[in-house]
Formats: sequence, structure tokens, C-alpha cells
Amino acid sequence: MTPTAPAVAPTAPVIDLRGVSRRYGAGPPALDDVTLSVRAGEALAVVGPSGSGKSTLLNLVAGLDRPSAGSVTVGGVRVDELNETGSARYRRDRIGMVFQFFHLLDDLTVHDNVLLPAQLAGMPRAEARGRAAELLRHLGIERHAAAYPGLLSGGERQRVAVARALMNRPVLLLADEPTGALDTASGEQVRELLTGLNADGQTIVLVTHDLALARSCATRTVELVDGRVARDSGNVPDHRQAMTS
Amino acid sequence: MSPTGLRPPTRLRSPLGRVVRAGVARRRVQTAVMVLTTLMAVTASVLAVGLLVAARAPFDRAFAAQQGAHLTGQFDGTKVTAERLARTADAAGVAAVAGPFRTVPVRARTASDSAVLPAGVDLPPFTVVGRADPGGPVDRVRTVEGRWATGPGEIVLADGALPAPVGARLALRTAPGAPTLTVVGIARSVTGTAQAWVAPAQAETLTAAEGTAAGYDMLYRFRQAETDADVAAGRAAITAAVPRDALSGSRSYLTVEQERTANARAFVPFLAAFGVLGLLLSVLVVAIVISGAVGAATRRIGILKALGFIPAQVVRAYVGQALLPAAVGCLLGLALGNALAVPVLGEVGEAFDAPVTTIPLWIDGVVPAGALLLVAGAALLPALRAGRLRTVAALGAGRTEGGRPGSARSARRLTGRLPLPRAVGLGLADPFARPARSGTMAAAVAFGAVCVTFAVGLALSLGVVQEGRMLNSAGSVVVQTGGGSGPPGAQVVHAGGEAETPKADPEKVAAVLRAQEGTGRFYGTAGAEVSVRGITGATAVVAYQGDSAWGAPRTVSGRWLGGPGEAVVTKRFLDAAGVAVGDTLRLTEGGRQASVRIVGEAFFTEGEGMALLTSTSTLADLGLDARPGRYDVQTEAGTDLARYLGSLRGELEGVGAVAQASTEDSSSVIVAMDALIGMLTLMLVAVAGLGVLNTVVLDTRERVRDLGILKALGMTPRQTVAMVVTSVAGTGLLAGLVAVPAGVALHHWIIPLMGDGVGMNLPTAAVSVYDPQHLIPLALGGLAIAVAGGLLPASWAARTDTATALRSE
Repeated sequence: MTPTAPAVAPTAPVIDLRGVSRRYGAGPPALDDVTLSVRAGEALAVVGPSGSGKSTLLNLVAGLDRPSAGSVTVGGVRVDELNETGSARYRRDRIGMVFQFFHLLDDLTVHDNVLLPAQLAGMPRAEARGRAAELLRHLGIERHAAAYPGLLSGGERQRVAVARALMNRPVLLLADEPTGALDTASGEQVRELLTGLNADGQTIVLVTHDLALARSCATRTVELVDGRVARDSGNVPDHRQAMTS
Repeated sequence: MSPTGLRPPTRLRSPLGRVVRAGVARRRVQTAVMVLTTLMAVTASVLAVGLLVAARAPFDRAFAAQQGAHLTGQFDGTKVTAERLARTADAAGVAAVAGPFRTVPVRARTASDSAVLPAGVDLPPFTVVGRADPGGPVDRVRTVEGRWATGPGEIVLADGALPAPVGARLALRTAPGAPTLTVVGIARSVTGTAQAWVAPAQAETLTAAEGTAAGYDMLYRFRQAETDADVAAGRAAITAAVPRDALSGSRSYLTVEQERTANARAFVPFLAAFGVLGLLLSVLVVAIVISGAVGAATRRIGILKALGFIPAQVVRAYVGQALLPAAVGCLLGLALGNALAVPVLGEVGEAFDAPVTTIPLWIDGVVPAGALLLVAGAALLPALRAGRLRTVAALGAGRTEGGRPGSARSARRLTGRLPLPRAVGLGLADPFARPARSGTMAAAVAFGAVCVTFAVGLALSLGVVQEGRMLNSAGSVVVQTGGGSGPPGAQVVHAGGEAETPKADPEKVAAVLRAQEGTGRFYGTAGAEVSVRGITGATAVVAYQGDSAWGAPRTVSGRWLGGPGEAVVTKRFLDAAGVAVGDTLRLTEGGRQASVRIVGEAFFTEGEGMALLTSTSTLADLGLDARPGRYDVQTEAGTDLARYLGSLRGELEGVGAVAQASTEDSSSVIVAMDALIGMLTLMLVAVAGLGVLNTVVLDTRERVRDLGILKALGMTPRQTVAMVVTSVAGTGLLAGLVAVPAGVALHHWIIPLMGDGVGMNLPTAAVSVYDPQHLIPLALGGLAIAVAGGLLPASWAARTDTATALRSE
């Protein structure tokens, strides 16, 4: 068992989107009547062209945005009904997020960046330190613990971001273009990392343009076009290659 | 002219103006802060400089027009002759003289009914001057009503000196045959050289009657009389020119000017302090705002430069963005300063029969010009930085993650190890990310906290002054023994005989008070007016009987009355008489004399602070009625005042005295000062708070991406608010701790200057007003200002859209 053990039973739906639409102003909807379920242990890749609604979908699941219609349930929590504080607590306790540009705090060390979600959640100091050390070791970046992110390579920074995302043992890991700012070698490392995490049972939702990434680490791929689900490869682990072949 | 030789179309001619206007419109909060800070600074400065200059204007004008006397000399007629006095015109430094004029102290009784007083009222003693002509080279007395006295039986009264209008008849009851004089005119001498004038022949007649107390007045103008030292030198030359002790008293025009403008002058020191604080705060706020504007608009500057703006235009654009709101603040400050000056100056103008003055125009020009110059100077530094920015670097600003100083990282590391919630730790470390900005903000908060400390001290001091300015205000009950009413020192008497309302027997009153249950302690006072050597005109005497120490005015130096033959006076009195604590004063009344030794200097402003406090035995020595006309009573602790009064009134009914609760009215000057201090403090604190707000807004904007990250990681709105507020709270707390001693020091410097303004030394209790119960909350003043300023942007930060923040560069 890795440090990323999921908290939800393997067959239970972690994400349940029902008839979700999101409109910004009078233009066409960014998401249009999307219904989607993600079960625990799945690695879902959301692909599609720019403006297809990928980031909107991710923001809705992360509780960073609210749907204009429909419901978003994650781990049994109606995310669309949470207030600001509830959303923050939800993000802190149930999800981890990885971004294209890492979004590490430059003036905190790697160790302090990783500790941050636990500290915000009020985790006991000793427990948080132990968990951070475990993650840094597991992700192979413990030698950089005292370094500042600016001194690390892109791949290393993204590993730090992953460690931070896993700090509070989230049921769901959301990754927004996690290899988008990396060179090929670093991107490969991150792909392996995500694949490994999913293999250990971590549920992952991945938004990406990188079809190779989707192909290698997603168990299921959903393609969005103009805010609607154009294709869904289904949720069978063996189906990993179906959408990208 | 453009290179093409064509004038550009009007609407395109001033891109600089449009950039300035757009910048001002875009930063509404910062613009409001700059308007408010300059408004406050200019208001206080215009008031301070304006009052200093304008308060003197009516006196200066009247003094010049009437060829006022630089020195009024009073001479003992038994020690010097008129001829000898006339020769003092040749003394060193004397430019012109008037006199010698015969002076005679008299007591008068109204001999006719008037709208002011009925016949038969004894007036306080006053001095009559024999003067043939109101004009001359010195002290051209202005007749404001009626005409000058030209013959026997006529008298001209100084304006406001006695309650008798033109046409009233006054009987000089102490003169042989009780001659009756008719008031033929009311006149005004700019330095108050006399209380009444008669024709010289009339004065000679009165002199013969009054005998020993008669003397002479000489009025002098000196070639050099700008300062106290100049006037003192002139007086020394005159003293040397006459026999020893012949000069019995003198009065400098500077003393008169100081008395007449005292109230307005008392405003100047604290207004000047607020003005300087305001100007310094303006400089800080402008520096914060413009530095922030340059920092936040680096890419915009790059775009402007790419479009062809030369560095000088960029500099002008940013200086303009400070000057535009500052100019608005200056205009508003001018209007407010002038409006607030009207009531204060009106009071001064009225004293000189001058129209209500306004602040001189040059002050309205110089003060805002100075303020704008400071603002331009403060804006210039960051504007020059903007002008020197390289276009390419400016265009690329924000695209790379900015490094922070090592101190910021160390601070974050350190606070991460503190046993504090992480949001608080992150906030505490924030000031180290931009030390210069934090330092400027700390200075702004410190100025605000200095101002609050100073203002609280001022209010406490004014409270002490308010409480102690009136004599006999310590008791809770006053018993009046009767004797009618009239002007100070007067006694209402029937034209032909006894007092209209006989005075109650003080012994009986005292016996009733002693027997009354609930009486703690009490003392009696009697009032009179006498002549004091060295003091022009009559001096009010308040004579104490019994244990009066508990109700005594606050002593500045020396001690309170301990026995007969002692006196306590104010600094104003000491200066006017040219004496000091330890000296002896000679009092005269109706040909009788008494000496009192000054044992203490006290503070009170009742009777313009010119009353002489002594024991009732002094009045008895002068042959005056020494029976107390009033008793001040302090009841025992826990006594029901209403019940006590009811019972006491019943007991006093048979004695003929009346008891009432002690009441005290407020000084309108102190009330005005309190209001002004409150308003200026509020404005300055608001500016300091807005300075904090502006800094936090800038920080929040610059760190919006970090905020987004933290919120994405699960930072709740409450944690966000805590982090942002903590980021300024530490700085505010430190600034407050530094500000309190500074504010106390400023208060201790300004309060004595305010005392000087009114010609008084203030008691220690009015200066040492701070105690721990004030200092501890004041020390938290900086924290309060910082938190108040940081709360609003903190809530904005808490509401920042996380997804948008994460996308920001």
C-alpha cells in the first residue's frame, strides 16, 4: 500500500455529475448537460480541444465554480451546494490538486510547501511532519526537502506539487495539464508517477491535451466537444487504450 | 508643432493628460486616500498658520492706526515730578511720548438709573486719567461713542471698563463733596492705557481729594520694540531716568497683544503639530500609492513606452496622478481651514472692534503650494523609477515568478515553526516580502497612533484645564450669604443708605454648616477689588477664610495660602506685575495699604487669570468687608446631595443665606479645541487606516496567485482574512508601541506651548495626564488602525475567485 490509499470503496462512485451545465453570460454554455460518474480507483482523462469545457469541468469538481444547472457530488458531498468555507474544507479534506504551472509558493521550502495543506487542516504537527517525510521519500524528492522550488527542475517541482496534493490523503486527485509545462523527460516521470498512484488505488481525474499521457495513465477517457461529452471510453480498466488508438 | 508641420487634432493633443486621468479614475481608493490626506494636512496647516498670523492682524492694525504705546508707565506721584517725567522723553531708545497724565484711583457709585444699572450701585474701584486730548503722538484714543471730556463734571469711560452708558452720572463717593461726573463718551485705547479719562483740571481736583495714591501715567513709543527684550531695554532706560522706585508699574504692548489674542494663540501649537503630522503622512501615503501604482503597472508603463512615451512623460504621468487628487484635497482643505478659522478669528476681531478677519490670502496660497510641492517630491522618486524602466523588461513583467528577498524566506521558515495556525504564520511573515513597503506602512500607522496618543493626551489635559480653570469649583454645594448683586467687586447699596439685601451673618452660616449632618468641610470666600502696585487698573481679590486647601486651584509652583499676609496668583499676573513667587505686593484701597507675599503660582483662568488670591485678613487690613459672601461645601462621602440641600436650605432660611448645588459651565474655547482635535484626529487616523488599506490592496493584488494557490489547497475565507489581517497586525502593533512614547513626548512638548500661548504655566496635572489605563489601550492603537485598515481588503481577498486567481500571472 502506498501513502495514497483511497478512502472510498473501490466500486463506489467518487464523482457523480448529473445534468451539469455552466453558462458564463449570454454566450454558448461552457458545459452543456453533462452527466458523468467516476468510480473509485479510476483514472479518468478528460480530453478535448481548447474551449471544450475541460477546465470548467475540473473547476466544478474541485468546488472552485458552481454549475448553472445540475448537481456535482464528490465522495457523497454535494459540492454545488457548499458555501465558500464548505468548499475550502472540501478541497482541503477530499481532493488534491496538481496544476500545469505547479503553483508552489516560491518562498516556502519544498518541505513547507508539502506541509501546507495539513497545516491548514490543523493536522497535529508530528503527524503532518511524518506524512510529509513519507511522501517526499515515496516520490523521491526527500533530498530537496530544504530547497526552494525555484532551484528544482520542472519534473521535480511537479513531484513536489503531487506530494502536496496527496498530503491530506484525498479521495480524488485532480490534475490540470500536469505535463503541460514539462520537457519530455520530466513529462515521462510525471506520467509514471500518476500511473503508479492510480495503480495503488488513487482515483484521478486528469485534464490534458497530452494524448500520450491520457493513453499511458488513464483507465478511462472522456472527450468533450463544445461542452458536451462527445465520447466516453467507459470505465473498464482494460479499456485504457480505446480512446487514443 | 509636429514634425509634419501640422498641429495634431485637439482630442489627440494630450495623451499624457488622458493617462493621468485614467490612472486616477482606475485607483479610486488610492485617489480618495490622497485627497483625504492632503485635505487634512492643508486644513490643519492653514488653521495653524492662519490663526498665528491672522489673530494678530486686528491688534496690529489698530496699534498702527492709533500709534499705540509700546509701554505704559505708572509713576508714584510722591517720588517724581511731572517735569522730571517729561524729560524721560530723552531717554535712550524713546521715539515719542505722551504725558505725563495725572492718575487718580477712585470709587464711584451710580447716581442715575440707566438701562444697565440702577442708581445707588457701588462700582469697583478704577483709575481716572487726566488727559486733555485723545490724539497726540502716542496712544490716539478713539472715541467710539459720545465725545471727549473737555470740562469739569465730565468723564469718558474706556469701552467695557464700567457698566455705565453715555449720559449716566457717577458720584465719586470718596471725594470731598462727592462730586458727580457725567459720562460724556466711551473711548478705546488699543493698549488699554486707562479705564476712564477726565479733563486735566478735573484730575487735579480729584488728586487733591484722594491724596497719596495719585500718580502719573507716561506713554512711550520706542525706536525698537519688536521683542520683549526691546521693550525691557526701553523700560530700563526710563527707570534709570527717574528716582528709585518712582516707576510703580508698567505694561508692555506685547503683554496686551498676548492677552487679547491668547485664545487664538492657544490653538496654534496643537494645530501646527497636526499640520506637520498631516504633511508627513501625506508624503508617506503619496509615496506608498505612487510606488504601488508603478509596481502594479509595470507592464502598462512598458506599453506606454513602446507606444512612444519618453521617460520624462512617464515621470510626469505618475507625478500627475499624485498631484491631481492632492490638488483636490488642497482646495477642500483650504475651504475647511478657512471656514473653521472664522469663529476663532471673529472672537479676536470683536475685541478690537475690527471686522471678522479671514485668513490672509498669501497663506491660502503658500500652504497648498507647499503641500503640493511635498506631494510632488514624494511622487517623484517612484515616478523616476517608472521613467527609467526598460521597455522590454517592463513589457515582460509578471511573466516570470518574482523572487523575494531572503528575509521573506527566513521569516516564512521561522513562522512555520511557531506554534501558530499556519494562516497566522504566513501573515506574520508577509511584511518581510516587501520590507520597504511595510516600513512605509508602519510609518503611516505610527503617525496615526502618534496622533491618537497626542489627541487623547490633549483631551485629558484640556479636561484638567476645564476642571481647574474656575476658582472654587471643587465643592458640591455653594451657600450664598446675600448682599445683592452687581459687577465684580461691587456692592448694591441704596442711594441713601444700607445694603438692599443685608448679608447673612457668616458666623451663623458657618455654625449651620458645621451642625448640618453630611457636611464634610467648607470654606468661605469674600470678593473685592483693589489697586495693586504694578498692575494697571483694579485687581479682583478673592479672599479665603477657613480650610480652603481642598478647594484651592492647582498650584504650579510654591504653595497654597498658609496664613495671613500671603497671596497666590497666576503666571499672567506675575508677568503683568513684573514680580515672582517670593516677592511682596503692595495693595492699596481708599488710602489704606497692605502687603502680601506671593507664596505660590496657581493655574486658573477665572477673571482672565488676573485675580489675586489671599486670606480675608488682607481685606480687613485694607478696611474692606472681609465677611465671606459665599461658602463652598464638600459633603461627606455617600451623602445624598438632594436631601442634604433640602435640609440645609431649611436651616439657612432663618439665617438669610441660600444653598444651591455647585454648577460649572464649560469654556467655549476648550469645547472648540476638543471638537477640532477630535475632527483632525479622526481624519488623520482615517488616512493612516486608508494607507494600510491601500498597502494591503496592493499586496493582495500582487499576491493574488499565491492566494489562489492557498485557497485551492483549502484555505477557508476565515483563514484568508486571518492571514491578511495578521500581515499588517504585527507591523501595526510594533508601530503602535513606538508611537506611544512619541505621542507622549509630542504632548509634553505642545501642552506647555499652549500654556505659553495664553500666558500661563499649566499645572503638572495638566501635563502628566497619561497613566497605565490610558497607555495600554493606546499602545494597541497602531494594531487597531492596522487591523481596521486591513479588514476590508482581507474580506476582498477572502472573496477572490480562486480559479481566476490561479490563472493570473
